[in-house]
Amino acid sequence: MRDALGEMQSVLVLGGTSDIALATVRRIVARRGARVVLAARKPEACEAAEAELRAAGASEVHSVAFDATDFASHEGFVRATFDRCGDFDLVLVAFGVLGDQDRAERDPAAALEIVQTNFTGTVSVTVPVVTRLRAQGHGALVLLSSVAGERVRRSNFVYGSSKAGIDGYYQGLAASLASSGVHVMIVRPGFVHTKMTDGLKAAPLSVTPDEVADAVVRGLALGRGIVWVPPAMRYVMAVLRHLPVAVFRRLPIS
Amino acid sequence: MAAPELLSGWGRTSPTLATVHRPDDLEQIVSQVTAPSPRGVIARGLGRSYGDAAQNAGGDVLSCSKLDRVLAIDVEKGTVTVESGVSLDTLLRVLLPLGWFPMVIPGTSYVTVGGAIASDIHGKFRHGSFADYVDRMRIVTPARGAYMLEPEADANGFWATSGGMGLTGVVTEATLKLQSVETSRIVCDTERTNDVDDCMERMLERDHEYRYSVAWIDCLASGGHLGRAVLTRGNHATFDELPVSDRSTAREYVPRTLLAAPPWIPNGLLNPVTVRAFNELWFRRAPRTTHRVVEGIKPFFFPLDSVRDWNRIYGPRGFVQYQFVVPFGSEQVVRTALERFSAARVPTFLAVLKRFEHDSRSLIGFPMSGWTLALDIPASPRLAPLLDGLDELVVEAGGRVYLTKDSRLRPELLAAMYPRLDEWRSTRAALDPDNLLRSDMDRRLDLSGAGRRGS
Repeated sequence: MRDALGEMQSVLVLGGTSDIALATVRRIVARRGARVVLAARKPEACEAAEAELRAAGASEVHSVAFDATDFASHEGFVRATFDRCGDFDLVLVAFGVLGDQDRAERDPAAALEIVQTNFTGTVSVTVPVVTRLRAQGHGALVLLSSVAGERVRRSNFVYGSSKAGIDGYYQGLAASLASSGVHVMIVRPGFVHTKMTDGLKAAPLSVTPDEVADAVVRGLALGRGIVWVPPAMRYVMAVLRHLPVAVFRRLPIS
Repeated sequence: MAAPELLSGWGRTSPTLATVHRPDDLEQIVSQVTAPSPRGVIARGLGRSYGDAAQNAGGDVLSCSKLDRVLAIDVEKGTVTVESGVSLDTLLRVLLPLGWFPMVIPGTSYVTVGGAIASDIHGKFRHGSFADYVDRMRIVTPARGAYMLEPEADANGFWATSGGMGLTGVVTEATLKLQSVETSRIVCDTERTNDVDDCMERMLERDHEYRYSVAWIDCLASGGHLGRAVLTRGNHATFDELPVSDRSTAREYVPRTLLAAPPWIPNGLLNPVTVRAFNELWFRRAPRTTHRVVEGIKPFFFPLDSVRDWNRIYGPRGFVQYQFVVPFGSEQVVRTALERFSAARVPTFLAVLKRFEHDSRSLIGFPMSGWTLALDIPASPRLAPLLDGLDELVVEAGGRVYLTKDSRLRPELLAAMYPRLDEWRSTRAALDPDNLLRSDMDRRLDLSGAGRRGS
């Protein structure tokens, strides 16, 4: 159970190799030694993360296989994971792909891979997760979204539209879970220096996984619905999303 | 009528959803306790436990609100038999005009008799806690259904249930020993103390002259005034001690609620500035030298009951109450705690310092001979390291924190604080072998030791 000061005892990470997720869970396990389940396409790729979390204080860490695009497996995966491990105080949805925008504009398979991972796959696994969270009557569900979905840009619109879609889904979900004991939180980071963005030119207001993790932990403790990282992003995006198309398209960032 | 409800403790932290049942007869209670939904069941009274003791995420909660009858008063033996949902407020309204008074009264009248037993509550009386004056109770357990529990016949079951946080069964009825009083007033002596050492000294010197004793400490005072306090102590007034004008209403008890805290108070209203100002006023209002007044039961025992829903003043984020006890000889822990709270500028209203001169007989009861300090603090993540650090000192001194107030203890410390935990667990397991009784507190601390990993 989450305690009165926000300390958690059990965490499920969907996307167990995510840098942001790992940085977040490291903070969570530090004081109360939480149990952690890392779900990833290749669980063997989580070995280093497992060791790191144990060193950080986790009482137990397991890695399990989870394929975001194998939709048919999701219900069974969620059932097995909750049945084996009990309640989760936190389910962190951290998987996603950036993809290759140029290829995705020409190759339907490439475009679908991005959309099916980031949007369809997330929806598909979220439905059974929410069923379990509703039944346990407590817990937090956190989505790593992105500012990319707030106003979709020319340079990464396949990724951006998938994030816009899932962000919208979670906004509605948050409303539907309002009196359920389950806390839904959407995290919208700007450019984060991670494996996913390795080699890309950093955008203004870029942040590190540790900064995102700090914001997630703080947001959870304070019961926030939406967390922008850095916080200034909220105001930057508020301006950007209201710019006329003609102006927005001329901006160097689009 | 069962309905899903978000429940939290008095501190309003960590709300969870449960199906709330309001049984009004024994048969319903038996069926709900022996065959609850898969996530178990726990009883709930007036929700005055500060943390998560009377909530059960995803499971059933039995509200005792309809078990509200006073069944019998035995004037020969001086006992009263009530259903477990009867509040102490109701009890006082019935008993005081007849010249009777419960042996142990806590800091609020809005607790039920069932909750008082499950927490083995204490008060400003130093020589016993609530269950010490329970003659017998009717309990419903998953293993045995409904039966009468008496301390002589089944000491283990009785002392596992008293203070057992509702995890051995649901108390439906109890018979309480009473004391006779001549009036509904208290002769109260109030004095100021310079610092916490001065306060403790005065308590040790003169507490024996009083039935009730409590010190209100200003936690924001520092330096030479660390732990300055207002000490209030009192005895039941005899008829002759009343002013003549009060004698015609000598046993009257008609407490009124003066104010209600509105629901829209924001987080952060209580900050070091506002709280410091309040504490300063409180301290200055108290007389410099010992001052004697005759006052009512309510201002003496339940000063906060005048403000309905006062827990709202902490805003939606809520607050935690931290209460610990350390044995005599470990005064340094109290001092260190006050120093740390003062240094951290934690905006806390008055802390309460009391002495116990008895040990709870409950297997996991709180009171032990020593000093107990309690304070309310707005919930904030930065509080965790501060309280975790104090827990260490408390454990080292052989003390413990009070489960009824707890909402954040590190589960690993439970066994060190409660040396008879294993004994309690095995008694509990016999009464509830299939672990049907569950609460969020049990999930969080694994009190029952069933290793259920939160489910």
